Amino acid sequence: MKAPAPNPHRAVHKMTKYQVRKIINYVNLSASIVVTLFGLAMLAWILTVLFGKGFHYLNWAVFSQMTPPPGESGGLLNAIVGTLALTFLAVLIGTPIGIMAGTYLAEFGMKSKFSSVVRFINDVLLSAPSIVVGVFVYTLVVAPSGHFSGWAGAIALSILVIPVVVRTTEDMLKLVPIPMREAAAALGAPRYKVTISIVYKAALSGMITGVLLATARIMGETAPLLFTALNNQFWSVDMNQPIANMPVVIYQYALSPYEDWQNLAWAGALLITISVLLMNIMARYTLKSPTSR
Amino acid sequence: MTATTMSDHAQPNSPKMGLKMASALKESETRAGLMDKLESIRQIDAAKIDIRDLSFFYGKFKALHNISMQIPDKQVTAFIGPSGCGKSTLLRIFNRIYDLYPGQNATGDVTLDGLPILSPKVDVNMLRAKIGMVFQKPTPFPMSIYDNVAFGVRLYERMSKSELDDRVEWALQRSAIWDEVKDKLKQSGAALSGGQQQRLCIARAIAVKPEVLLLDEPTSALDPISTTKIEELVHELKSDFTIAIVTHNMQQAARVSDFTAFMYLGKLIEFDHTDIIFTNPGRKETEDYITGRFG
Repeated sequence: MKAPAPNPHRAVHKMTKYQVRKIINYVNLSASIVVTLFGLAMLAWILTVLFGKGFHYLNWAVFSQMTPPPGESGGLLNAIVGTLALTFLAVLIGTPIGIMAGTYLAEFGMKSKFSSVVRFINDVLLSAPSIVVGVFVYTLVVAPSGHFSGWAGAIALSILVIPVVVRTTEDMLKLVPIPMREAAAALGAPRYKVTISIVYKAALSGMITGVLLATARIMGETAPLLFTALNNQFWSVDMNQPIANMPVVIYQYALSPYEDWQNLAWAGALLITISVLLMNIMARYTLKSPTSR
Repeated sequence: MTATTMSDHAQPNSPKMGLKMASALKESETRAGLMDKLESIRQIDAAKIDIRDLSFFYGKFKALHNISMQIPDKQVTAFIGPSGCGKSTLLRIFNRIYDLYPGQNATGDVTLDGLPILSPKVDVNMLRAKIGMVFQKPTPFPMSIYDNVAFGVRLYERMSKSELDDRVEWALQRSAIWDEVKDKLKQSGAALSGGQQQRLCIARAIAVKPEVLLLDEPTSALDPISTTKIEELVHELKSDFTIAIVTHNMQQAARVSDFTAFMYLGKLIEFDHTDIIFTNPGRKETEDYITGRFG
């Protein structure tokens, strides 16, 4: 009996198959890298232009003087303060609602029909165009009260905060292992105590990240504020009156024919970009640091 | 109370078993000797948990079938059987942890010293304070070692700082982990090793001074040395607590328990003294399982 000779064709065939796989892998990898570089290049371009045009005008006056009339020098102080106030109020209104709804979805509603409806609506809200939210608050608050106001702006922004916080809260709470809840319940802890003392504690950094991401998102929102807070040429922290804010100031000044205003808009755009970037980095950092100290 | 520790299935002298007796006459002689020796012990056994006609449902699926048995006080009772036989399910009934999930329910009677556990009137949180539980994977809470142990105590007892300190130390010492953690009580419980975390969980469970301790495969995620420590601990703890332990590991059941229940397909096949289960089981299924013929 002859021993079966190794089939040389078979070996070659195998090699080619492997080579084909290698080539496909190579092509896909290259395509991914090219596309990634394209995205990064766009971002780099935007940042370069922003820095090039804005950095020069980012001086002390921006932080210390009010928005000027055309032809005069000035700063963005009222807009900066206005944006901080609007953002703060919006986060203050939106966070508790978002966290409570997220907690309901993750801990109590779970797989019920009501929960899936809430989850669906939340996803719709998450991707809703912000201008629609602006128009909604315009009809709800601005039109009945008869004037634009800081409150209307804060409410519009809070509607943008809620879905982000709901989503991150639910996701983060779901990451807490079920045996940890059972262990707390097995010690005789009532349900609310399990949620507050154990689950929140375990998911805290993730929940804070959600709030920071929501803050970053609303800081640069222009559309909802055009219909609600509008703008204010002067210093004002009265929430019942129209209030100055960075996005709308940038929008108006950038479109204006005056060079001073355009320069201020560049400075403002750079400032808000840096703030959002810092917010995102903070969110990253919070999520990475261990929950338990 | 007579023969309190025997389930109906396991009565070795019951008529049901009579037919098999003839073929195992020689066996039954040694068995009778053992029985005599154990009869006196059995008389003084007091039931801590009394289970009658207990069935359990996951939705429509019947996971436990009409189980009746008594878990003796201050003894270690092991539950063995192949995966999915219902041993963990049974354990989770005793502290009604299954209550957390809608669609799961139990029928029948289970009493803890006469207290009807399954009654809707029972305050489950008070019940769980009396019946502690340790899970398969260590579950340290995201807080310091000290706070982990104090968590359950703070829920139900008001005590001064020094009393709480004493209680935490007591629990950690009872759990044979005090020497390893006494200098880092303020550190996170998550920083301990797996075996230490599991002993921390035991300390947390006994800190509230429960009467019963349920251990659901407490060593299946641990290395052999940690496993030995936990097993020694179980021996130590049975002087104060009634212990029910679920285990995949038959040697472990033989080592740590006084009584062993063998379960299969949601039924209690046999329940007896551990010696008897492992040397002279009354049922063919038990023998097949412990000799490794299936499971």
